[in-house]
Amino acid sequence: MASIEARGLRKLYGSTVALAGVDLKVEEGRILGLIGPNGAGKSTALNAILGLTPYEGELRVLGKDPWAGRDKLMRDVCFIADVAVLPRWMKVSQALDYVAGVHPSFDRARAEAFLAKTQIKRTSRVRELSKGMVTQLHLALVMAIDARLLVLDEPTLGLDLIYRKQFYDTLLNDYFDHSRTIVVTTHQVEEIQDILTDLAFIDRGQIVLDSSMEAFETRFAEVMVKPEDLAAARALGPIHERQVFGRSILLFDGAERAKLSAHGEVHTPSIADVFVAIIGGRTVQGAAA
Amino acid sequence: MTTPLADALPGSAPAARAQRAPATVRPFYWSLRRELWENRSLYIAPLVVAGLVLFGFLMGAVRIPHHVKLDNTPSNQAAITAIPYAVAAFFILGVGAIVGAFYCLGALHNERRDRSILFWKSMPVSDVTAVGSKAATVHLVLPAILFVVIFVTQLLMMAIDFAVLVPTGAHFAGLWANWPILRMAVVLAWAMVSMSIWYAPVTGWLLMVSAWSKRAPFLWAVLPPIGLSLVEFFSFGTGHVSHLIGRRLSGGFDTSFSNVGPHAVMVDLAQIDVAGFFSSFEVWGGLIVGLVLLAATVWLRRTRDPS
Repeated sequence: MASIEARGLRKLYGSTVALAGVDLKVEEGRILGLIGPNGAGKSTALNAILGLTPYEGELRVLGKDPWAGRDKLMRDVCFIADVAVLPRWMKVSQALDYVAGVHPSFDRARAEAFLAKTQIKRTSRVRELSKGMVTQLHLALVMAIDARLLVLDEPTLGLDLIYRKQFYDTLLNDYFDHSRTIVVTTHQVEEIQDILTDLAFIDRGQIVLDSSMEAFETRFAEVMVKPEDLAAARALGPIHERQVFGRSILLFDGAERAKLSAHGEVHTPSIADVFVAIIGGRTVQGAAA
Repeated sequence: MTTPLADALPGSAPAARAQRAPATVRPFYWSLRRELWENRSLYIAPLVVAGLVLFGFLMGAVRIPHHVKLDNTPSNQAAITAIPYAVAAFFILGVGAIVGAFYCLGALHNERRDRSILFWKSMPVSDVTAVGSKAATVHLVLPAILFVVIFVTQLLMMAIDFAVLVPTGAHFAGLWANWPILRMAVVLAWAMVSMSIWYAPVTGWLLMVSAWSKRAPFLWAVLPPIGLSLVEFFSFGTGHVSHLIGRRLSGGFDTSFSNVGPHAVMVDLAQIDVAGFFSSFEVWGGLIVGLVLLAATVWLRRTRDPS
């Protein structure tokens, strides 16, 4: 069974279209990166998946309609949205007590063990913790819940590099296994490129790219071309071109690697470069139209 | 005196019991505890006022024998000595009403303002449970806190009275037999129950405004009723709206108690009017309005966009 299955998911705010018919399928055991510019509909899509907002179209999360029963769904789904959502007045010990109290599949010992590795004191209030520590606390709570789907919406926003690295390392090493599914949105795509199994780009309420990382790596290729080879390389139809140190870097979608290698060394592009090529191109076209 | 009631109330034994409770009870129980963690003023404010009352009473204690000697028939003596007890109850209830009102206004507004609602909604707790626990905090937990604080305050006042009176020659047994402390407790308990029901539309309104308003819930709660009263007055020259609101805010004691005079000190169990209260249209009408507003509050919490 797919963890998330959306067909024709639509959401309007007044006359503004937030989701214009999203089709998305996330299988169990995958780590999906949902990437899009601000206002593209990422948060709306996640809110619909989490049962926080009503929607039109078809949506099944772990086989259930999320809007019909958020509270039941949340026994199997966890989410960390942004960083500053833990209530500031709460003590660390109270957060542990509360989640242990209301959540049937929370393993308190696991959360305590994780917290023991941090500087977080049980008697501190959330408002006394640094931003990084609040995220560690939230992660400790979430990782101790035996959930089947974890949704992360900009989980590392505003954190320094060390906390950000640690966040994803912990998630992969201590939490993820192939019975769980993770959906993550972030602007810091370079940090998650290596952990993703799947990738989706969302722009103006629509999915514009939906691919596994294996397919992504064979589909997209980047070649650094010398000026004298440029015309020949351009003839192969790059989707994007940029200049670095006087050399042109051409990005190809679905070109044969054998042909490309004649013009220079072929690399797998970063998600960020493909994102700029696809979404940036759309935005320019949109502005021109 | 400052032992947090939240810690004193649910000790390890009730917690262990809640651990085994069915799935619907546990989220509710922990939601209630969470309300007391966040809103410590619900028990600190009444305790502070009780402390001030006791301090003032102790300062005036030297004058007690003088008062009591005015008239030594036991029943009058009881009525006279009961006045400071009623005043103490009045002040503690007053601060209880204020913290209760502000609690309601913040209950569903603060979680949206600091975006912690996203954390609460990530837990398997339904909106009905969340709103229900907030309504229960103001309708069940707060009255229970006020009852205990007032009763203990009155017991301490009685101890002070006896400590002053017994050395002047009064018989302890005689004093105890005539002292209305337990009757006052019964009257107080009924007052708490009846007020808890009577105020349902007020707390319902405050909770709904708290769930609805983007900012300044206090103004949104207060201005529409005032505006409505003014519009009515200037358009028709009548004051039905302001009368209705004023009557609701006054506590409905003429419905829950009979023969309430302007200066009556309620120590007489015969004044408790359970039948009259529960056959009053105002009580049931208010309760229905309160429940409708609460349902609207649940709907607002469920459908309002979290971000």
